Amino acid sequence: MSSLLEIEELNVWFDLPRGGTLHAVQGVSFTLDRGERLGLVGESGCGKSTTVLGLLGLLPPSATISGRVLLDGVDIMAGGEETVRPHRWTDLAIVFQGAMNALNPVQTVSSQIVEALELHGLASGRAARARVGELLESVGIPRDRGERFPHEFSGGMRQRAAIAMALACNPSVLVADEPTTALDVMVQAQILELLDALCRDFGLALLLVTHDLPVVAQLCDRAAVMYAGEIVEGGPVDDLFHDPRHPYTRLLFAATPDLYGEGAPVSIPGAPPRLDRPLVGCPFHTRCDRAFARCTDERPLLKDVAAGRAAACHLNDVPAEVPV
Amino acid sequence: MSTNGLLAVEDLVVHYAVPRGLVAAAARRPQQVVRAVDGVSFTLGRGELLALVGESGCGKTTTAQTVLRLLDPVGGRISFDGQDITALPNRSLRPLRRRMQIIYQDPYESLDPRLTVRSTVEEPLLIHRAGGSKQERAELVKDALARVELTPQELFLDRYPHELSGGQRQRVAIAASIVLGPDLLVADEPVSMLDVSVRAGVLGLLDRLRQAGLGILMITHDLSTAARYADRIAVMYLGRIVEEGPAYAVIRDPQHPYTKALLSVVPRRDPRERSRPQILTGEAPDAVRIPVGCRFHPRCPRAIADCREIDPTLEPHGEGTGHRAACILAG
Repeated sequence: MSSLLEIEELNVWFDLPRGGTLHAVQGVSFTLDRGERLGLVGESGCGKSTTVLGLLGLLPPSATISGRVLLDGVDIMAGGEETVRPHRWTDLAIVFQGAMNALNPVQTVSSQIVEALELHGLASGRAARARVGELLESVGIPRDRGERFPHEFSGGMRQRAAIAMALACNPSVLVADEPTTALDVMVQAQILELLDALCRDFGLALLLVTHDLPVVAQLCDRAAVMYAGEIVEGGPVDDLFHDPRHPYTRLLFAATPDLYGEGAPVSIPGAPPRLDRPLVGCPFHTRCDRAFARCTDERPLLKDVAAGRAAACHLNDVPAEVPV
Repeated sequence: MSTNGLLAVEDLVVHYAVPRGLVAAAARRPQQVVRAVDGVSFTLGRGELLALVGESGCGKTTTAQTVLRLLDPVGGRISFDGQDITALPNRSLRPLRRRMQIIYQDPYESLDPRLTVRSTVEEPLLIHRAGGSKQERAELVKDALARVELTPQELFLDRYPHELSGGQRQRVAIAASIVLGPDLLVADEPVSMLDVSVRAGVLGLLDRLRQAGLGILMITHDLSTAARYADRIAVMYLGRIVEEGPAYAVIRDPQHPYTKALLSVVPRRDPRERSRPQILTGEAPDAVRIPVGCRFHPRCPRAIADCREIDPTLEPHGEGTGHRAACILAG
């Protein structure tokens, strides 16, 4: 059986204002099954947001995109905006980081969701208002609060409202781009619990984009770690933490403080490479503590290293060298 | 108060007036105030890092800014190095300002984009007419850059902020704050805008400055960071410190139900360590209408009838541990 969502060889280039191009996403492939929770993690500029904006057809005109986005086996990117639009919100919905910016400030929360329902021809009038009530309750907002304006909501409530709106058309995939980043830890916990419940109760598949490894570790089944525009490692979150197959994964966990962790977090020296010029060798080799001669010349490909696991690191070709 | 006390804050109160509008003013309705800081006391020693933790709106940033007299308190006392600075006029405050510095969350905003690294770090010396001759100032600037590990300095001196990474920018901000040789540094969420891979480097740097004798008041919402880098942690809720003590004790043996709940929702990096989040409903009420009794009781999972009546004070937990909690149910 094919996956619900399959991304194949996604590439995104941006035209830079002063000439030249920036290769922001470099051959990204991953799959997402029904009801599965996948984390796309990486640091700023690694291409994780560009990847999801790309697969939703939401990139600005300065972007060029290639690759395939298969939804139930059908390539929705083949015809550009014409073929993506029927699936956006109805099959693939997205929640952004700043919920304040996602909501219209001069419209009540309910009327915005009613508008979405009417626009997609799903319900109108009284039926639409009833549906909005259900949606709000499913995200933990009392029905009558919908008559308020976004500025009357707290940050957490606004994010809930944005999630309710994303669920309006019964999507099968919810893409959440840093959904809790601007929120306090207690509100973050409330939103994560909500996402968890939505996946469990409605069989929603979740594609969670975040820089926050512990959030992925706690909420997701699998994760893909991105670095310099590509996925460098993918697999079950438990394996990524306990048996990483790419040094970047290991070092990223080591840089993350833990509440009860022993020892100090260690930062990764250096900075990611520029993506506006061709990369030679492994994109991580300048910062890697295990780099050897081959890493400077030859770019490693993402290869299966165990069942359900893939990594783009030459060390995996040298059995004696594993684990990384 | 400890003998090496650098900063002592007693019963600090800071209010913000809520704008009334014309009608309310004409009708002489009472002026409402946000009680942002509502009786906060703590001390900070040289070579010590105290983390103020809590959710947004709990008053941690207001506390820190008031300590530096960037805001004026309506009550309480602030002593800096034994001197009461609570009501000190600006003119007398000025010589003290060079001994107390602040760094902000966002090094993308806090640095002037038109100034080179050299000018940014030199500016405090010029403002305070310190550092002697041009040559001596140049030496001080280079020395500050060395202390924040931006070496070789020649590589950075003539660069502009946009040519630097986030971590490097925050290091420049720290260099500018330590060039005058302060005793106290307030660090307001110093790493929350930075990438995970560089955070540890900046925090490690603050840790070394602390070891060299700097007193650091760090504001953070990240308990994992506080657990690792702070000597002591003070947990704030709605304008008060509800628990305070050695970092180890507060993290491993929390006494206040709010601290316990906060700790329970911090995601762990090991997927096998499934946290059992004890999620509080709602968000903290606004500081205009602070609940009577214990201010936490409406959200407290353990509240009893007395909690609606009694406003608990910080009481010691154990003998001589320096661990205190403001809860009538704490052991």
